[in-house]
Amino acid sequence: MVKAEVYKALGLSDSEYQKVEELMGREPSPTELAMFSVEWSEHCGYPRSRKWLKLFPQTGKYPALVGEDSGGILLDDLAIIFKMESHNHPSQVEPKQGAATGVGGIIRDIFTAGARPIASLNSLRFGPPTEAYSNFLLKGVVEGIAFYGNCLGVPTVGGEVYFDESYSGNCLVNAMSIGIAPRNKIARARAQGTGNAIMYVGSSTGRDGIGGCSILASAEFCEKEEKRPTVQIGDPFTEKCLIEATLEMLATDYVIGIKDMGAAGLTCSSAEMAAAGGVGMEIDLDMVPRREEGMEPWEVMMSESQERMLVCVQKGKEAEITKIFEKWDLHGVLIGRVTDDKMVRIKDKGKVVAEIKSEFLANAPLYDMPAEKPDYLEKINDLDLKQLPLPQDYNAVLLKLLASPTIASKEWVYEQYDHMVQTNTVVLPGSDAAVLRLKGTGKGIAATSDCNSRYCYLNPYRGAQIAVAEAARNLVCSGADPAAVTDCLNFGNPEKPDRFWYFKNCVQGIADACRSFNLAVVSGNVSLYNESPKGAIYPTPTIGMLGVLHDINKRCTQYFKNEGDVILLMGEIKEELGGSEYLKVVHNRVAGEAPALDLEKEKALQLLVYEAIQHGLVNSAHDCAEGGLAVALAESCVSNKDQIIGAQIIDLQALNTGIRKDAILFGETQSRIVISCDQAALVKIRTLAKKFGIVCLEVGRVGGQRFKIADLIDLPIEAVSESWRNGLTRYVK
Amino acid sequence: MFQAEIKITLKKTVADPQGLTVKHALESLDFKGINGIRMGKFIIVQLEAKDQAQAEAEVAAMCQKLLANPIIEEFSFEVKKI
Amino acid sequence: MKFGVVVFPGSNCDQDCFYAVNDLLKQPVEYIWHKTTKLDQFDAVILPGGFSYGDYLRTGAIARFSPIMEAVIKYARSGGLVIGICNGFQILLEAGLLPGAMLRNTSLHFICKYVELKVENTATPFTSEYQPGQRVRIPIAHNEGNYYIDEKGLQSLKENQQIIFRYSANPNGSIDDIAGIVNKEGNVLGMMPHPERSSEKDLGSSDGYLVFKSTLKWLKQKSIKP
Repeated sequence: MVKAEVYKALGLSDSEYQKVEELMGREPSPTELAMFSVEWSEHCGYPRSRKWLKLFPQTGKYPALVGEDSGGILLDDLAIIFKMESHNHPSQVEPKQGAATGVGGIIRDIFTAGARPIASLNSLRFGPPTEAYSNFLLKGVVEGIAFYGNCLGVPTVGGEVYFDESYSGNCLVNAMSIGIAPRNKIARARAQGTGNAIMYVGSSTGRDGIGGCSILASAEFCEKEEKRPTVQIGDPFTEKCLIEATLEMLATDYVIGIKDMGAAGLTCSSAEMAAAGGVGMEIDLDMVPRREEGMEPWEVMMSESQERMLVCVQKGKEAEITKIFEKWDLHGVLIGRVTDDKMVRIKDKGKVVAEIKSEFLANAPLYDMPAEKPDYLEKINDLDLKQLPLPQDYNAVLLKLLASPTIASKEWVYEQYDHMVQTNTVVLPGSDAAVLRLKGTGKGIAATSDCNSRYCYLNPYRGAQIAVAEAARNLVCSGADPAAVTDCLNFGNPEKPDRFWYFKNCVQGIADACRSFNLAVVSGNVSLYNESPKGAIYPTPTIGMLGVLHDINKRCTQYFKNEGDVILLMGEIKEELGGSEYLKVVHNRVAGEAPALDLEKEKALQLLVYEAIQHGLVNSAHDCAEGGLAVALAESCVSNKDQIIGAQIIDLQALNTGIRKDAILFGETQSRIVISCDQAALVKIRTLAKKFGIVCLEVGRVGGQRFKIADLIDLPIEAVSESWRNGLTRYVK
Repeated sequence: MFQAEIKITLKKTVADPQGLTVKHALESLDFKGINGIRMGKFIIVQLEAKDQAQAEAEVAAMCQKLLANPIIEEFSFEVKKI
Repeated sequence: MKFGVVVFPGSNCDQDCFYAVNDLLKQPVEYIWHKTTKLDQFDAVILPGGFSYGDYLRTGAIARFSPIMEAVIKYARSGGLVIGICNGFQILLEAGLLPGAMLRNTSLHFICKYVELKVENTATPFTSEYQPGQRVRIPIAHNEGNYYIDEKGLQSLKENQQIIFRYSANPNGSIDDIAGIVNKEGNVLGMMPHPERSSEKDLGSSDGYLVFKSTLKWLKQKSIKP
C-alpha cells in the first residue's frame, strides 16, 4: 500500500488509488503510479466529462472523421483536419510560454494526423485590461502565440478576445488549428503488428512540465502556489523541422501509426497507441534521448518536453525513418517494439519498472458528478426593465460600447500574427470569419471561434446553443456553408455541483444545436477546474466551426463597400437586454435572461443570406452580436481601415412600437444579419426573404461622412472609427 | 578547460528601443534616477585551449566571425581557467 | 528560365515563392536544399522569408554559414540574379552581399500588414515593369525590419541609386524609410516586404508580381544578347 501523501501529491484520490491496486492485483511501482496519475487526470482521461461528451453527434452534412487524436471532414479528395485545445492553466502562470506551447501542441495534433497545418485561430479571455495582471497576461499570451505561430509559418487568421472580471483569476487560451491532407493519407494514432518498431522522434526529453496535466490542469489555482516549474518551454524552430520531417516520413508508406507526446508525454502516447491498436508495447527508457542527467524512469514517463512524437514503424524500416529525422537535426530512435500481450511494459537499465495492461491506463474511471442548478441564478435572471433608466445621450453610449475592450478593434492583436504566410488567406482578420482558399480546387474554407459566456452563465443550455448558432452565422456571412464543429469546453471545478450543472447543460445545448444544424462534432477538448479564489470563470463552451465555400469567388466580407448601397436588416428587433454588453458596460449589471433563440428561424435566416451571397446579390454581411444593431452597423462602416464610410439609418420601424430605444439599438436579439447591396439587387433579395419567411427591413443607405441612426445617433464617422480603433490599444501601448 | 563570458551590446550609435522601453517600465515601478539602459546578450562558452592566450584569441575570432555583427554590435569578454 | 528557391531549416515562405514562380510566372522552379553547393543550373536564385535556424543569435546569422551560401556568394559575384525576401534579405546582409544590418522593429512587435511602398528605381532587373515613383501595396511580416546603415553607407546607397523601395509610412524605424535595396552591381535584391504575397488580386494586391515579371523579362533579354 503506497502512502496516501504520495498518491495524493500526484493528484490521485483514495478511491482512484484503490482502483489502481484492484486492477493491478498488487501495489503499483512508483513508475506505474506516476503513469496512472497522468493518464487518469481530468485533463487526459476525462473521467468526469467523458460520459457527457457522448451526446455530441458524430455525423453531419459532410462526411466526418472522428476519433483518436484529431477529427475533421472529407471534401472531395481532401481531408480537412481541425481541432481546438486549451492551455489555460499554463498561460495563467507563464503567459508567453503557456500560449506558445498551446499553439505548438494543437498544431502537433494536426500534422500527426498527416495533415499540413494551414491555419490557426485563438479564442482568448482575460480579466479587464485595466487590471495589471490581466494586462500582463494579454500581452504575454499574444506575444507567445505570435512567437510560436509565426516561426512555424502557420498563419493565425482569426479568433476572438473577450474581457470580463470572471476571467481575472483564470485566463482562457483556446488554440484551434486546421490542416489538409489527401483523404487517403490520414495517419492513425495506433500501434499494430507484433514486432513492429516503436520509434521516438523529435526533441530530447527533460524534466519540463512534469505533472502539468495532473497537477496544474486538474486543480484550481490557490493564492500562494508556485506553479511555474510545471510550464513547458516551446521551441517553434524545432517544431517547424518536425513538421517537415514528419510529413516526409508519412509520405513513405512505412508508418503504421503516430501520436503526439502531448499532455502526459510518453505515458499517454504509449498507452493510447497500444490500446487503440489492441496490442502491447515494450519500451526501453535507456534509448530515450535525454537532455538532463539522472532522470528517474517516472520522470521520463511523465515529462511534457515539447516537440516529440511516438511512431509505430514497419519492422525493418527503422533506418529509413532515422535518416529523415537526422536530415532535419532531430532524434529518430528506436525505443521499443509492439508485442502481442496487450501490456505496456517499460524497462529502465535492464529492469522492468512498469507493466500495465494498456486498456487500464487508457480507460480512466467514469464519474457521475452531481449537478445542481445554483440558487443564485433565479435572482440574477430577474431583470426588471422598468427599473433600468434610459440613456440621455445615445451618441455617448455607442462610443463607449465601441471603445469597450471586448467590442473594440483587435488589430493590435492580429497585426502581431503572420496571417498571410502560405498565401491562402483571402479574407484577412477583421471580418466575421477568416476565409482561406484551397489551391487548385477553386474552393475554400472559412473558420471562426465563438462563445458568449455571459449568456451561458445566465442560461447554459441556450447560451451554448447561441454559441453554435453564432459561429454558423459568422460563417454564412463570409459566404461559407457551415460544415463541422470542434469545441473547447472551459468550466470550473466539476466537483462543485453548480459548476457541473453548467457543464452538463452547455453540453446538451451544443449537442441539440449541432443536431439541428446537422453538424458533426469532430474533435474537441475539455478544460475543467478553471477557478481561483476569485471564483469560477463563466461557463465557456468555445465553439470552433469550419465552413466550406464551394466557389471561393463567392465569399463575402463584413464592411460596407459603396456610396449609395442599400442597408438591410434581416431579422427582427425585440426588447431583449438580458446579458447584453450594453447592460454591463453602461449599467454595470449582469442580469436577465440570455436572448431567445429560435433554431428554425436561425436556420432560415442563414439559408437566406447564404443563397443571397451565392447569387452575388450581397455586397457586405455582418451579424448582430455584442453591442447589438448599432454596433454591427458602426463596425460595417469602419472595420476596413482602407475604406471608412458613413451610413444614414433612417427607418427602424421598431421605433414606432413601444420597444425601448436602448433595446432597439443595443439589444442582442439573435438571428439578425445586416447586409448591404446594390439598389438593383433589392427585389431579388426581398423575394428570397419572403421565400424563407424572414423579415427584411430596408433601414438606410451607405455613404457620407457621418454615422446617423434616426434621431438618436449622429456622429462624425472619424469619431466612430477612433473610438473603435483605440478601445483596446489605449490599454496596451 | 577555459570559460569565456562574452557581452554583446548594440553600438552606441544604434538606437535601442528595447532599452528605452525597459527604462520606462522600471520608472513606472517607481525606480528613480535611471540614466539609461542598454540591452544586450550574454554568452558563456566553455572551450579547450592550449593556454589563456590561445583561448582568448579563439573567443575573439568567434565574436568577430559569428557571435557579434560588427556593423551594429560591439563585444567584450573575460576568459578564465575552470 | 530556371529559378531556384533555397530552403534553410526554418524557412517558411519557400512554398509561397515556389508557387509564385511555378503557377503565376509559369517558369520552371526547384527547391534548393541548404546543404547543396551547386547553383550553375539556375538563372535566378531566391532566398525566401521565414525564421531560418529559428532566428537564433541574430536573424540570418547562422543561415549565412550554411553550405549553400558559399555558392550563393560565388553566384552573385559572377553576376547571377539573387532575390532575398524578408529573412532572405537578412541573410544577404549577414553574408555581406548587401550593405547594412537589420535591427528589431522600433515597436518591438512583429508587424504583419499591407503597406504602401514607393518604387524609387526602375532601372534594375527586378523593377523594370514598374513606373518610376509608382506607389504599390505589398505586405510586410517581420520582427526585424528596421534597416540600419551608417552615414557613409547611406550616402553611398544614394549616390549609386541602390535604394529600390521606400515605405510611404515607415512601420519599423528603418533608416531613410528603406524597404528594399540592390547591391552596387545591381544583381542582388534585398527587400523586407513580400512580393510573393501580393502577386494575385485575390490576396489583396498583385503589385508584388511585377518583381517576378521584371526578373523574367531581364533574363529573357539577357539570353537573347549575342
